[in-house]
Amino acid sequence: MVETLDKDLEAKALLKRFGAHTAVDALSFSVKRGSFFSILGPSGCGKTTLLRMIAGFIEPDSGDLDIGGRSMRGVPPNRRPVNMVFQQLALFPMMSVGENVGYGLARRGVPRAERDRKAEAMLERVGLPGSSRKRVDELSGGQRQRVAIARSLVLEPTLLLLDEPLGALDLKLRERMKIELKQLQAAFGTTFVYITHDQSEALVLSDQVAVMNSGRFEQVGTPQQLYYSPATPFVAGFVGANNRIDGRVSALKGDCVDVTTAEGWTVCGQHHGALAAGDAATVFVRPEVAVLGRNVDELALPAEAPVHQGIVESLLFDGANSAVLLRECRTRAEFRVALPQTGRFADLKVDETVLFSFAPDRAVCFAGAARHG
Amino acid sequence: MAETRARVSHYLLLWLLLAPALLWLFGLIVMPHLDLALLSFRERVGPGEYAFGLAQYRTFFGEPLYWDVFVRTALISLVATALTLLLAFPIAWTIAKLTRGRLSALLFAVCLIPFWVSETVRTLGWMILLRETGVLPGLLVTLGLTEAPIEMLYHDATILVGLVYTSLLFMVVPLYGSLESLDDSLIEAAYDLGGNGLTVLRTVVIPHALPGITAGCIVVFMLTLGNYLTASLLGGKNSLWFTEQIYTQFITRFNWEQGAAFGFLLLALSSAMVWLGLRLSGQRFSDVMSRT
Repeated sequence: MVETLDKDLEAKALLKRFGAHTAVDALSFSVKRGSFFSILGPSGCGKTTLLRMIAGFIEPDSGDLDIGGRSMRGVPPNRRPVNMVFQQLALFPMMSVGENVGYGLARRGVPRAERDRKAEAMLERVGLPGSSRKRVDELSGGQRQRVAIARSLVLEPTLLLLDEPLGALDLKLRERMKIELKQLQAAFGTTFVYITHDQSEALVLSDQVAVMNSGRFEQVGTPQQLYYSPATPFVAGFVGANNRIDGRVSALKGDCVDVTTAEGWTVCGQHHGALAAGDAATVFVRPEVAVLGRNVDELALPAEAPVHQGIVESLLFDGANSAVLLRECRTRAEFRVALPQTGRFADLKVDETVLFSFAPDRAVCFAGAARHG
Repeated sequence: MAETRARVSHYLLLWLLLAPALLWLFGLIVMPHLDLALLSFRERVGPGEYAFGLAQYRTFFGEPLYWDVFVRTALISLVATALTLLLAFPIAWTIAKLTRGRLSALLFAVCLIPFWVSETVRTLGWMILLRETGVLPGLLVTLGLTEAPIEMLYHDATILVGLVYTSLLFMVVPLYGSLESLDDSLIEAAYDLGGNGLTVLRTVVIPHALPGITAGCIVVFMLTLGNYLTASLLGGKNSLWFTEQIYTQFITRFNWEQGAAFGFLLLALSSAMVWLGLRLSGQRFSDVMSRT
């Protein structure tokens, strides 16, 4: 009982089909009260369908949905303790900012004076004091965003759904709104369910992230868990940058396996699940896990880490995220290595030959050859 | 020098391009109206002798028949406009929001097809359906709903049916335009925030569609007010429609002065109604006209 009270949202085998296509495939999950929960996935993975089912715009074919401990079967969107921030925000252009924020209160029959007071107070909390008389088109993109959130939060919903609300903003503003969203969520303590295809948004904002693909959750976990211990090849490929090496298992060494590519390059990684020699396997190595060196001593890695040799293909300068694209000398396989921020390799030249290596226990190896997301 | 010449030829071209429209406007609209205006202020003082005077307008206000017909025409036109709006709104909503692609185009075609035949033929069609020996009264007798066939023509309701039918397309088109441009997510947002069908219609859909509604109402009101054929064929001799009075003055009585005065009164009425409609709906004329 205590457990169910702690959950604001619980999906039980939620299923939705459109013709032959299964958009949401018997999903079960729960979202803890007061948490920021993101659903991350490529377009067409079913995340919008899922969100619209939570909001009540789509009825599931089967399964159940509890919000605040109450089943939502047959409850229309206007009676759910849920509000949504739409992708294009959907502010009412025919109303002032204050009327937009007070819209839901008016529908609940709150008298005008109290409505205006509450709307003004809410606008103040989101950092827009005194703008209730303004027209919606007088506001900037970021301010509209805050009005859209204020319009929903003024109704004190159990759950706030956000449908890629940052998608329409330019990059600079998006970065700032990310921080603002996180601060707003912390200040209000409302449970946020956020859907996005942008892994950086999901990682920065969330307490929990569900990575969704083809109607199913590949993995649900904290951003750190997704990043450092992906459960499936899809998660490894979708969350953050990763080098992907496809091949077959050539040797088993305890926790680690050697995987040899069709061209004959052998790399070593920690395996997930049962693998036998000869099985198809994929190794994922993050660019920042690999180290560069002009000689073996410079690598400063444990002796068992295999050392590879590569030619610099191109230098990818991006401030703190700078990387170098290498080609393994013998097989011409592409490999990306993050440049250390000490500036030690600032003098690296294209076509220079360098050594690179990575600790096998920080590379993950999966069975099969799942496609890159 | 060359610059001045280029500018002169630019203006010349502009005027040349505008010339057909201006000729049409002045020759066929402004000039006849000026002539009619002068005519309406003319009074016959003796055989072939005329003087300036307000006699025609005095007759209109002094003779209750004219005034009653005028008010009646205005009221029936208003009712017809309101009925057309009520009927066209669900149609436009269905085409704009509930259907997609081919089905939506098909529905539009269904609205348009009756306009492929002339108004006279369409109105005569109604007469075939509604007259005492017609299809509908016969059907009612066959079904046992009435003992003898009823005359369905020559009632005010019949005129209304004909007017609404004739005007429907002119309401559906501007309504469709304004409803089509309404973002679906606004409707969803309104539901999400606790609205129901009625409040969403009142607070979101109608305010958004108001320019289209106003445009459609203006067009339909003007069309019904100036309609001659539907009113006289479906309403019969006693339909008491104001355009009929104008026709009578010009053609039967050969009293052009009186007819011209009536014409100007009708013009004043429709202008006043348009102005009132714009004021009541808080719309600007230019915004509304861009929707028609």
